Amino acid sequence: MSKEILLEVKNLSVDFGRGKKAFRAVDDVSFNIYKGETFGLVGESGSGKTTIGRAIVRINEASEGEIRFQGRKISGKLSRDEDRFVTERVQMIFQDPMASLNERAKVDYIVSEGLYNIKGFKSEKERKEKVEKALLDVGLLPEFASRFPHEFSGGQRQRIGIARTLVMEPELIIADEPISALDVSIRAQVLNILSLLKKTKSLTYLFVAHDLSVVRFITDRIAVIHKGKIVEMAESEELFKMPMHPYTKSLLSAIPLPDPIAESKKKLYVYDPNIHEYDLDPPKWVEIKPEHFVLANKKEVEMYKVAYAQGG
Amino acid sequence: MSNLYQEKNIVLSVKDLIIKFELRGRVLTAIRNISLDLYKGESLAIVGESGSGKSVFTKSFMGLLDSNGWIDQGSILYDNKDLSKFKREKEWLDLRGSRIAMVFQDPMTSLNPLKTIGRQVQEAIELHQGLKGKEAKSKAIEYLIDVGIAMPEKRFKQYPHEFSGGMRQRVVIAIAVACNPEILICDEPTTALDVTIQAQILNLLKAMQKKYKLTIVYITHDLGVVANVADRIAVMYAGDIIEIGTAHEIFYNPQHPYTWALLSSLPQLGVKGEDLFAIQGTPPNLFKDIEGDAFAPRNPHALKIDFLMRPPYFKLSETHKAKTWLLHPKAPEVKKAEVLLNLKENMEEYRHV
Repeated sequence: MSKEILLEVKNLSVDFGRGKKAFRAVDDVSFNIYKGETFGLVGESGSGKTTIGRAIVRINEASEGEIRFQGRKISGKLSRDEDRFVTERVQMIFQDPMASLNERAKVDYIVSEGLYNIKGFKSEKERKEKVEKALLDVGLLPEFASRFPHEFSGGQRQRIGIARTLVMEPELIIADEPISALDVSIRAQVLNILSLLKKTKSLTYLFVAHDLSVVRFITDRIAVIHKGKIVEMAESEELFKMPMHPYTKSLLSAIPLPDPIAESKKKLYVYDPNIHEYDLDPPKWVEIKPEHFVLANKKEVEMYKVAYAQGG
Repeated sequence: MSNLYQEKNIVLSVKDLIIKFELRGRVLTAIRNISLDLYKGESLAIVGESGSGKSVFTKSFMGLLDSNGWIDQGSILYDNKDLSKFKREKEWLDLRGSRIAMVFQDPMTSLNPLKTIGRQVQEAIELHQGLKGKEAKSKAIEYLIDVGIAMPEKRFKQYPHEFSGGMRQRVVIAIAVACNPEILICDEPTTALDVTIQAQILNLLKAMQKKYKLTIVYITHDLGVVANVADRIAVMYAGDIIEIGTAHEIFYNPQHPYTWALLSSLPQLGVKGEDLFAIQGTPPNLFKDIEGDAFAPRNPHALKIDFLMRPPYFKLSETHKAKTWLLHPKAPEVKKAEVLLNLKENMEEYRHV
């Protein structure tokens, strides 16, 4: 099966501030997202994971590098047509459904706002149909269109957030921590809706999260990001079986297990970036096994290879 | 009375508690007849969805109910006093902080942004331990070291905005512990934090519990988080504790269908490519009187009687009881979900870490 590259992020850097005050939130990040997969971007707050997602939809500007969608450049200065090209194909779901919906607009408007922007309908009737369909797709009733966001619970609000991306019929959806603000019982509902939509609408997801247990469940491949740099990338199962980078290990060890005996035996591993000796021997992006990449210097590569042989 | 308490080492005892709120002229029953004993030195986790009443329940121990809420019935016995009879704020002031302290969910909003963190810790010490000036300051620094803040002298003079979320939560914990309380209530102490920080904060709370001999009540919506820290777990639904037992009993031998549902919806237990178990429907409307088992409308295993009569507690062991008719001798046998039966095996995937 040949994999079609849908989104290509090449040497992306994002800076905030200028001159001496400049802060590099994303530092030379590259990855591809294949059509039809769910790609997970995992890291702590401040790691730059959200910024990458936002750079793709152009909320944050890329300082260096480029982003390509279906081979077309979508970063930097874009013409009107190009701009519309991205808007129609890439959509975003935000983290906090309590903050991301316009409280003064009815659901009908919230869901169709994107359509208004791209004039994505021919008649009022068509728009109404599209909204209705999007609401049904996320398991909400079409009647809800005439209500205001405050009438809904957190889980329902997040579904409205999903509906407004669906109405655009996108190919790529960037889901920025779509379930971290939700109760555990509602998380399951939203995760299930996301996986169902992926199947029925042949969507591709970039799933941004800090919780590896959720990411393992939903993603095909995972990139682990620390302080603006991707430190490890592999298929999800592989990453869980054979974590190489110490930071990945620390993230894995932090997953809370619903098992008191296992929890009592578990050792929490805290990552200390000072363990690397990168002054003399700077790290490189190495493919340690096919499709399993890690950021490491020569000495570490040797170490990881030994560990890999022993573990496998 | 007091003798009886000491024998069982009960620090706080709630009996038949009913709490109501008035909202826009209508009355809502938030806590529907709960009885619970809290044992000295234990850590009890109260788990439930938002709206289950877990926060309201614990807030009533500290007199922190919103002004439209009241204790309608029942008692909260602590230190030979019935807290439910407290009328004036002054009575609560002797208790809050110094006897029962609280750590709130969001460390971003629970610290004063205009005062240095050192000042805020010192304040608690001056107020509750009677120390002053230099003594109080050096004590404050001790507490900062205790909660794992590096370079405490320097950090002492800094403001909350100079701290990360995890560090702020450490400061909040330092303040709570500096009050020298007997009971510490942690209301979703890690929900606003990253997973890695969450694990560290939970470990810190465990260490503090040991060092200061605290009795801790955790409140959380995430059953997955408490396996590490809780001795006992109480599962709340619609203002009632529907199952309570030791952590082992709740995780390895859960009895109430709602506890099953909460456990099976954890993504840690999810099988890739399959749907995660999701609880259907919504929690009941607490403005109305609830008949039968409150969870029955959402329960795929519900029996006829679940809609008619509220189940009593069925005792499974000295420590484990659950309110479900499924435990009645005449009830049909219901099979638990596969994931729960094989919980330990399912965890194998994480075992190598």
